[in-house]
Amino acid sequence: MSGYTFRSIHVDLSSRTIEAVSTSEQLREEYLGGRGFGVSLLSDFMSLSYDNPEMPIVFATGPLVGTASPTSGRMSVVSRSPLTGTIFDCSVGGRFGTMLKRAGYDYIRITGISERLVVLEIDGDAVTVRDAGSLAMKPVSAVAQEYSSDWSTAVIGPAGERQVRYASIIADGHYAAGRGGLGAVMGAKRLKAIAVRGDDPVQVADAGTLKSAGDAVMRLLRSSQAVFGEFGLSEFGTAALVDVIHARRMEPTENFRKTVFAGSGAYSGYAMKTRYRTQKTGCSGCPVLCKKIGAAREVIPEYETVSHFGALNSNSDLASIIEANRLCNDLGMDTITAAATIACSAELQGRTIPPDEMLQLLREIADRRSGRANELAEGSLRYAAAQGRPDLSMSVKGLELPAYDPRGAYGTALAYATSNRGGCHLRAYPISHEILRRPVSTDRFSFAGKARIIKIAEDLNAVVDSLTACKFVFFAVSLEEYAKVLSAVTGRHHDMQSLFRIGERIWNAERRMNRANGFSAADDDLPPRFFTDRGTSGGFVEIRPIDRTEFLHARANYYRIRGYAAELAESHCEQ
Amino acid sequence: MEKTVQKYLGKIEAQGLAHRDDVVLFARDADVYCNRTLREDERELHAVLETMNVSSLLFARPAEPYWTILEQIALRDETVPAEGRIVPRDAETRTFLHDIPVLEHFWAADIAAALSRRKTAIIRGRGIVTFGSMTPEQSYIMLSSTCFTAFVKYFSDALHRFREAVVDEEDLAAFRRIWRASKPFFPGGEILQFHTGTANDDDMVLAMIAEVGRAVVDHHLVDSFFGNISYATDDCIYISQTGSSLDELHGCIDKVPFDGTSSAGITASSELSAHKNIYRATGLNAILHGHPKFAVIMSMDCERKNCDRELCYKACPEQRSVHGIPIVSGEIGTGATALMHTAPEALRKDRGVIVYGHGVFTAGRNDFRQAFAELQRVERTCVAAYREEVEKASGGRI
Ligand code: SF4
Ligand SMILES: [Zn+2]
Repeated sequence: MSGYTFRSIHVDLSSRTIEAVSTSEQLREEYLGGRGFGVSLLSDFMSLSYDNPEMPIVFATGPLVGTASPTSGRMSVVSRSPLTGTIFDCSVGGRFGTMLKRAGYDYIRITGISERLVVLEIDGDAVTVRDAGSLAMKPVSAVAQEYSSDWSTAVIGPAGERQVRYASIIADGHYAAGRGGLGAVMGAKRLKAIAVRGDDPVQVADAGTLKSAGDAVMRLLRSSQAVFGEFGLSEFGTAALVDVIHARRMEPTENFRKTVFAGSGAYSGYAMKTRYRTQKTGCSGCPVLCKKIGAAREVIPEYETVSHFGALNSNSDLASIIEANRLCNDLGMDTITAAATIACSAELQGRTIPPDEMLQLLREIADRRSGRANELAEGSLRYAAAQGRPDLSMSVKGLELPAYDPRGAYGTALAYATSNRGGCHLRAYPISHEILRRPVSTDRFSFAGKARIIKIAEDLNAVVDSLTACKFVFFAVSLEEYAKVLSAVTGRHHDMQSLFRIGERIWNAERRMNRANGFSAADDDLPPRFFTDRGTSGGFVEIRPIDRTEFLHARANYYRIRGYAAELAESHCEQ
Repeated sequence: MEKTVQKYLGKIEAQGLAHRDDVVLFARDADVYCNRTLREDERELHAVLETMNVSSLLFARPAEPYWTILEQIALRDETVPAEGRIVPRDAETRTFLHDIPVLEHFWAADIAAALSRRKTAIIRGRGIVTFGSMTPEQSYIMLSSTCFTAFVKYFSDALHRFREAVVDEEDLAAFRRIWRASKPFFPGGEILQFHTGTANDDDMVLAMIAEVGRAVVDHHLVDSFFGNISYATDDCIYISQTGSSLDELHGCIDKVPFDGTSSAGITASSELSAHKNIYRATGLNAILHGHPKFAVIMSMDCERKNCDRELCYKACPEQRSVHGIPIVSGEIGTGATALMHTAPEALRKDRGVIVYGHGVFTAGRNDFRQAFAELQRVERTCVAAYREEVEKASGGRI
């Protein structure tokens, strides 16, 4: 069997022990890699608090990483989220995963708490923990500069050290393992950075078949308007979505009080491409290259980031949005949650927060400087609850919602609710069929059939995150093509349904862990606003409040399909 | 669920793919809906559905000519006994289906295994089985694609066999039967009453596009799902969305500014760039793109020796044509060898062009009359050309 290095590392920072272990067969067979590895490796520790010395944080690659498979440059970081309390995995790009694999390892599992701030260096076989007191409170860019270009780094900024609940881990300067605050887990362990390099090639079973399976993927990508089309991800990055989400009137504006923002043209994909004369860049092994860099090396933000620092905060000043993104990357904070928490505080205060104040707030939040910044560093739910208005936190399970208003896409509404890591668009990615019409278009204003669709897509994305591959290519391809790619890499037979079974196993494992931590159907729900308030209708599109009965019915269907008896019983009581 | 299932049964019947009683279509959310009770020999389908993480499952005994076509392919294609699959060469299969498994038995385990590998499978002597990961529409599309692909493959291979003189009496009889049953799909020459004249507002453009979309489907110039249509005004192009059914375009047309300032066209047809290039090259303003079957068949009919057949579809070095209608190579979508670079050039001189193994683009001015008439003419020409070729090759035995 190929595709794995069969070797991994366990690091205990308390005792500074480093142990090379073999990547177990059971792990490979049942959990594939990436997210699956992390979920499995965490299962015995999930009841611990995120800052408990025994809590692991796992950096895991999948079997495709480091091979010639298209979009094989991603990996997963998994631990328990300080923000949501759920199991939490982040798919992260760049080249960290590729380097780790080339250094000879499938995953790193880190436990313990170091006495002093340290970095972990993996230079092929040489793995060392080194004191890093001089890097204390240094921004991400300064730490990354300590290493020459043959290294890849995963770094926390001041926000991680101060355990901001949505602190990110930043790979290679601007690829974020974001959302759930795993940067704070590293911070709690006093682990400032991991640096890795290696140049061993990853073995594949059948290079010829891998080439033809990769060609089939490429043909589909080229036939996809969303990926390689002239308005697609390759041209504009995810900011390509600004115009279409605006046109569909589901653009979260002013903390989700409205669903259309007149100023979003200022930060559309086209606007950023022309103003910053962008070039393509991206994760290693990726033909799409959806990341954009300006002529003066500005990092062009993702769709979610521009929309939340834009519409959600009534801000059409592009320069401030670019700067907010740069600050979040450098300070090591999640952009979606940072922007949404600021928007929530703006609503609570009954005002909009001007761009300069917003940027200043970001700096203060990262090191928990002022009293208010300290409160905002807790995320919108804890903040709003402390103010007596938890309903104004636009979050699910404490994770702030991304830039698709659920009143404009009901599969998205359901997927936000059922997500195992909280309000996230990436677990089931319904935007694919509700907006981008792939693999087939579905009626975005209907719950019909959505429970099953969401269930299948959740399983699918658990597979994608474990391969590890990139979700964006699944706008165009399916597991059909990737099963061939995987079979060629490992030399074992995989097909769509065998992979789906792995995805379902991973999903159910996550659900079990959340249940053990007290999560229930009550947590699979949306903020009340979406069931009572209208969005911004117009242009023949009406954005109504979501019918709560229909929502609950779809959710109950979802529980039935999943076989989640406890949640089903609980939701019958509510209905 | 029931409404959706009935809708697609209606489409399957209207398209001549199968009689609705010969179709089993499952759709499920938490509950399963099926259009009819299963016959004794179809019960295995329950077990298939049980084991698969899908929303929909379809089994159909196709109508003629598809029934005999499948029989003949299973009988005569050498990849069937050797590899248990067929590998058609048309663009649709190449891009979306890859290949089609052929099963010997109606056994749940075999069907589930085949559908875990591919989106559609042929069961010898029984029919076609497909699934939808998300909706019943996908099952229907796969059925339609499988029939299309089998049709194209059969006629392409038959011509080849006539030329190689390996046709026996049985083969000949089957060919005659299939040809007769295919006649309803051949385009007539009727002039349709379309909206005429230049469209001058949004609503009128949308109405014109929807109207011609239905006509293209009704006249079998495309299976309803593939193909695309656009209309250009001074500053924008109105184009059918990706994956839209041309007979149901209401609400599925994107308005895309020519200057590229809005990326709302991210949901537009994957041939948007080709359409744009055609407008730039020709100054015309109405385009139809369909997949009429004989145009696809004739575009792949090439007797030249010593070519790498794997390259024809994207990089044919020859200037080919069917009775004067140009054939170009080119892949779907974007990329250096995409049809967006080749088809527009051809339309500078002609009103219609065939893309190798794929379909036809036609263009006209002001309204869709010219483009539609040209699309019909191309297909009629190709039917006639095919017939001539077969007659020649069979020594008039047809
Ligand atoms: S599409 Fe973008 S995010 Fe995905 S692998 Fe490629 S560069 Fe990375
Ligand atoms: Zn086409």
